[in-house]
Amino acid sequence: MNIQTQPQRTPAETALIDAFGERVSYLPGDSVVTVKRDEAIEALKTGLPNRKVEAWHYTDLRRLLATVPAWDGTLAAEACEPLVAGSSVLAVLNGQAGKVGTIDGLTVERLADKLTDGSLADTLGTLDAADAVGAINTAYVADGFALAIASGAALDAPVELQNVQAGGQTHVRFDVRAGAGSKATIVERQTGTADALATSISSLDVADGAEVVWIILQEQPDDATHLARFQGRLGKDARLTLFIMNAGGKLVRQEVNVDAAGEGADFQLRGVNLLAGETHSDITMQLDHSREHTTSTEVLRNVVTDRAQGVFQGQIRVAQRAQKTDARMACNTLLLSDDGEFSTKPELEIFADDVACGHGATVTEIDHNHLFYLMARGVPEKDARGLLVKAFLAEVIEELDDEVVIEALEARLNAWFDAHG
Amino acid sequence: MLEIKNLHARIAEDGTEIIRGLNLTVKAGEVAAIMGPNGSGKSTLSYILAGREDYEVTEGDILYNGESILEMDPAERAAAGIFLAFQYPLEIPGVATMEFLKVAMNAQRKARGEPELKIPDLLKKVREAAGSLDMNMDMLKRPLNVGFSGGEKKRAEILQMKLLEPKLCVLDETDSGLDIDALKIVAEGVNALRSPDRAIVVITHYQRLLEYIVPDSVHVLYKGQVVKSGDKSLALELEENGYAGIVGEAA
Repeated sequence: MNIQTQPQRTPAETALIDAFGERVSYLPGDSVVTVKRDEAIEALKTGLPNRKVEAWHYTDLRRLLATVPAWDGTLAAEACEPLVAGSSVLAVLNGQAGKVGTIDGLTVERLADKLTDGSLADTLGTLDAADAVGAINTAYVADGFALAIASGAALDAPVELQNVQAGGQTHVRFDVRAGAGSKATIVERQTGTADALATSISSLDVADGAEVVWIILQEQPDDATHLARFQGRLGKDARLTLFIMNAGGKLVRQEVNVDAAGEGADFQLRGVNLLAGETHSDITMQLDHSREHTTSTEVLRNVVTDRAQGVFQGQIRVAQRAQKTDARMACNTLLLSDDGEFSTKPELEIFADDVACGHGATVTEIDHNHLFYLMARGVPEKDARGLLVKAFLAEVIEELDDEVVIEALEARLNAWFDAHG
Repeated sequence: MLEIKNLHARIAEDGTEIIRGLNLTVKAGEVAAIMGPNGSGKSTLSYILAGREDYEVTEGDILYNGESILEMDPAERAAAGIFLAFQYPLEIPGVATMEFLKVAMNAQRKARGEPELKIPDLLKKVREAAGSLDMNMDMLKRPLNVGFSGGEKKRAEILQMKLLEPKLCVLDETDSGLDIDALKIVAEGVNALRSPDRAIVVITHYQRLLEYIVPDSVHVLYKGQVVKSGDKSLALELEENGYAGIVGEAA
């Protein structure tokens, strides 16, 4: 996918290309889908992107993804307890969609069926020559769910989309269309039990006046590779809050592509990266303000310890017609070890002349004054540090404005600290 | 209860000596006022008592109940019963005040081998203490000191002091930034804590606070030493004549 020819294929590249001949007979899709898959394999033949490709500069996929595991159809995964009790759970278990339940206010279909009848073919494919996530997923996507939320419907409980891997490779998609004026909270749960290669692409269309809160909770095991994308399109006066908690995985790339395509649309990105061990975790966002009076803020808080490496690339593009855009981006990192790293690259591309855009990034250690204050009240140093780190993250979580969701996410936060404290 | 002997201390970072041979004894039950001009080392002394790492003790000792505390970290000192009410209480975003009170009270109880407080007992204690300081419970749901006015921050300090029930209370310029009504409430809160087994050290620049918290002894700090000690009349004398006279005698 790189313009330059690669000197020699890596074992991962070879495996991803060679497996297609055998896998293709198992993959659902009409003739259009099959053509898309072929094109994706052709793209993969040019090699995985390396650090010379700007979008992958901090995450040299060719080097980091040296090998990939083989598919293993014998493995079984189990659905997990939903983040929020009472949610409607739709689970993809090691790559295969489970039961399609009925949920008031929305229609649910298996993605495999939508590939077989070709109705989602136009959502497949790559965004550009360096789109490795799109290429691998398009070539091999087997299942997932397609949801349509009825216009004007307000879902009482969150819908939780689970993608649980048990090993090998899983390639999944979720396609959600929120009808005009609808309201919903969607939880996207990415987890598993083995050193799998998992790719997952979620597409969300928020129609005019609709409001969606979408929470991505990524808790892959420490040896898994997770390559994912969230792509959203916002209609007129539509509102989307995307919350990402990255709390696992060995190699993680979470892409966020959002188009504020309707006048008055609002996008809020909040993210918490919990990075420990040897993890390499990358959030790369591309946000388009395409129309007038669109607003957005992006706030990321990262905690980095051990030898973990984190990346945030945030690109905001303001189209010429998108006057009165207001966009603010911040990325704050707490470094808790000498060997941890976090790289931030904000990018603003502004073609309109009457806009307010800003960005800021900080990398700090725990504030010694705060630590002293807590200790002076009798809180032992280790506990005081833990309290301050959690507080740093909780500030972002607590912006979610839903007590039940906040508590559930803070419980996941605590679980991560118990495992990595 | 507190014995400071020939204490010398400097700023760890640049070696500037701030405390230069300070001697002070405060008995259980006593309220001692420490007064002095700006830069005399008052706040430094309070930080050193609490165990702040930015200062280095180079000579002398601090005895609390007969034992040196120099090797104890701030949390250990707090658990032993030493409390510093900060001149500028810090804002800690993301930590709800109530949660902080719970953590602090239970940490100290744990260090003393006592069981953790149950939530209803904790709430009751906090509600009573907050009520006596004219603070409302809604404030305690907010992050610690964030968005509190100067007066609210000082009240929050006294609230913590009441709840943690320390044996040695050090109040660093608790009167600064308070209007007269808030000052009265804070002073009442402190007076309520006066007891035969507790010592209170009040650090202040002005005599005003001492009208409400009447001290048993007054000590004048200048250039890192106690240059004069007396009873409460010394504070009045300072009010009238300023520090110049006493400082002149000392020099």
